[in-house]
Amino acid sequence: MTTTPEKVPFEQWDAPEGEWTLTGACPVRTNRTLLLEAATRFLFPTILVFSVYLLIVGHYAPGGGFAGGLTAGLAFVLRYIAGGGSEGAEIGSRLQLRPPVLMGTGLLLATLSALAPVAFGAPVLTSAKISVLGVEVVSSLVLDVGVYVLIIGVVLDLLRSLGSGIERDAEESEGP
Amino acid sequence: MTTLVTLPVLLPILGAALTVIFARSAMVQRLIGIVVLACVSAVAAILLVAADRSGPVVVELGGWPAPVGIVLVADRLSALLLLVSTVVTLAVLVYAIDQRISDYGRDTASTTFHPIFLLLSTGVSLAYLTGDLFSLFVAFEIMLAASYVLITRRTNASRIRSGMTYVIISLTSSLLFLTTIALVYASTGTVNLADLANRVAELPPGLRTLLSMLTIVTFGIKAAMVPLHFWLPDSYPNAPAPVTALFAGLLTKVGIYALLRTQTLVFPGAGPSAVLLVLAVLTMVVGALGALAQNDLNRLLSFLLVSHIGFMLFGLAVYDAHGAAGTALYIVHHITVQATLFLVGGLITRRTGTVSIDQMGGLARRSPVLAVLFAIPALTLAGIPPTSGFVAKLALLQAGAGATVGTAVVAGFVVLASLLTLWAVVRVWIRVFWGAEKEPLPDADPTDELVVGTAKTSKPMYVATAALIAVSIAIAAAAGPLSAVTERAGTDLLARTPYLEAVLG
Amino acid sequence: MITINVAMAVVLAVLYSVGFYLLMQRSLMRILIGIVVLGHGANLLLQLAGGPPARAPVLGTAPAEDFADPLPQALALTAIVITFALTTYLLALGYRSWVLTGHDEVQDDLEDRRIAASERPDGSMEEDTEGTDEIVDPGSAAASNEPVEAPR
Repeated sequence: MTTTPEKVPFEQWDAPEGEWTLTGACPVRTNRTLLLEAATRFLFPTILVFSVYLLIVGHYAPGGGFAGGLTAGLAFVLRYIAGGGSEGAEIGSRLQLRPPVLMGTGLLLATLSALAPVAFGAPVLTSAKISVLGVEVVSSLVLDVGVYVLIIGVVLDLLRSLGSGIERDAEESEGP
Repeated sequence: MTTLVTLPVLLPILGAALTVIFARSAMVQRLIGIVVLACVSAVAAILLVAADRSGPVVVELGGWPAPVGIVLVADRLSALLLLVSTVVTLAVLVYAIDQRISDYGRDTASTTFHPIFLLLSTGVSLAYLTGDLFSLFVAFEIMLAASYVLITRRTNASRIRSGMTYVIISLTSSLLFLTTIALVYASTGTVNLADLANRVAELPPGLRTLLSMLTIVTFGIKAAMVPLHFWLPDSYPNAPAPVTALFAGLLTKVGIYALLRTQTLVFPGAGPSAVLLVLAVLTMVVGALGALAQNDLNRLLSFLLVSHIGFMLFGLAVYDAHGAAGTALYIVHHITVQATLFLVGGLITRRTGTVSIDQMGGLARRSPVLAVLFAIPALTLAGIPPTSGFVAKLALLQAGAGATVGTAVVAGFVVLASLLTLWAVVRVWIRVFWGAEKEPLPDADPTDELVVGTAKTSKPMYVATAALIAVSIAIAAAAGPLSAVTERAGTDLLARTPYLEAVLG
Repeated sequence: MITINVAMAVVLAVLYSVGFYLLMQRSLMRILIGIVVLGHGANLLLQLAGGPPARAPVLGTAPAEDFADPLPQALALTAIVITFALTTYLLALGYRSWVLTGHDEVQDDLEDRRIAASERPDGSMEEDTEGTDEIVDPGSAAASNEPVEAPR
């Protein structure tokens, strides 16, 4: 029912016929939309970059970790709709990272960044401006990064359980 | 010192994050859970001593001062409840871990159970410590979201219905809470509890009553106050024993705590509140009578839980320092004893294979340990001297008898409800532990979370239950100092100034 | 104290009544929509608590007196996040119910029914018949079918 192409060697990662931004597990279905698949190839990285922009700009302008994370999550949703298939665990990428680990890492980062000011004698959750390589960065960015990662994990987990999980259930109940 | 106040909230989140990351190793997960809760208990004990010696401990998050920023406040009441709740959570966790070990084997890790359990603990801690109405909402949501997952985990066709009821009712009450917050903010322009205490006093009386009633309804649903209790006996009994024990011990009490805090701090009244007195009588009597009608052991305990919520409401309704002190003491006693009873109920079910009292019998001969484990908390719940229940009820009765004629009459209902409770638990005792021995029934549905009947029950499960009974006995033994603390807590609550001064400076 | 204009009050009234009406339905999908609508109502109320609509709370975009109160917006954002999470949870629960029981109806409490029946042996229980009527309601059961029937 699904055809999983061979993994592309690293040298050819940008070869045009490769899976590139799609997971490669494209279900052979009559309702597969080539237009969406092609558009996703451009949109996916663009949305990801935009989400990082939202993340960084969040302290002074509309945006932030949650908005950025959700935007990045939408990129993954788009890719799932375009060519998701039932390989739930691989929805993230070829990077074998389970969504719960992503959630845990984000939560850990956020909590630690909340506790970190205590080491400098300030109350919990205090933020300060730090100069990193000449660029002024607000320390609460770490919290935002934590939230960003957490939200991406949540969206991926949703896609895994409610998206491909349900598809798999439906396929199993219908038989091959 | 002030950083300590944030630890009961942050440590469980940290633990939840770590247990998600180490989802592959059951051993690490268990260790993290137990260590985190033990640390939080220690922190809560330190906070209690500090708050009792030198007044409320306040931390301003991010260094923003009170009406603008979010504050966490540990005064005598919140530190005391935090301590008891965390100790009970720890005991329930030990019980749950051993139940999982004996049902699924030593190496069964879970991505959900431990993180969610710790998140629930976070929510409870935040609800006790927060000095801000909106953070209270967030705390409730964390707590309830975790409880939704726990109550519907590995659910089956017959249990999913009760889970749905619980989730829908809780969501509705949360949205009501949100509406209340919006109205409070629109009329006062603040959500900080201490700031609200000053500003609500300036509102017209009608508006003040409306806001007060809205909070009573919102927290009344969460606390299962009659007539808003109907969801509780329907949903709690269908969850696994440790989950039910945790919910029965903590969730409704957090609702009562929120009522106690808002009614004394934000909407102070002049004397006994007639509305709350009537609600207290209704809750006590309806709960106790409901319990007498039940045949399902867990449902019977759930109705008793509803009935005893009425006792706590009564202390609040008396509305003086003694009443508030009585409620605080009663919450402390009831958190431990109700959780214990549900854990024992779980043990009984594992032994007999059924929750139906009719199908049990002669358990005292087959399992004397279980009989003792049931008898002590049951008598404590009924308030037989010299148990902690007696101490707590005595405090309530004294408060009621000393206030007005109305409260003295309601105090009579407290005695009545206690007798009905005694009747209900004695009925259980006679039918379950005495009489002809009955064979345990096989597990009706081997695939679900509830393993019953011929299931092995590991020793640590008994030990965890016994430990909670020990806590309850310790409460009775330390009744003198403890009621002195709650008496000071009650005086603080009614005086309001220690809290206001500590928060607003 | 903040007061709101009539248009917003009407919108709120509609959102709340539609939400509560849907909450009282049997099908979990309708309840879910009810919760979402009710959540929108509550969030809108929270927003309006910060001043009249169409004002930005962003610093430097308006003079101080035309400046919306940012706190209710922050609160509403938090509330939206929470409602979002719980909506997905309810969706999952509805799906779960569909897998387990074949429909997503919230049914009556059996134990309650049993106790009520034992008290009244005549069994003149109109509630009971009502309940069974609702349970076999084919419309909503079919409606919950749709998302799962994946096209091939």
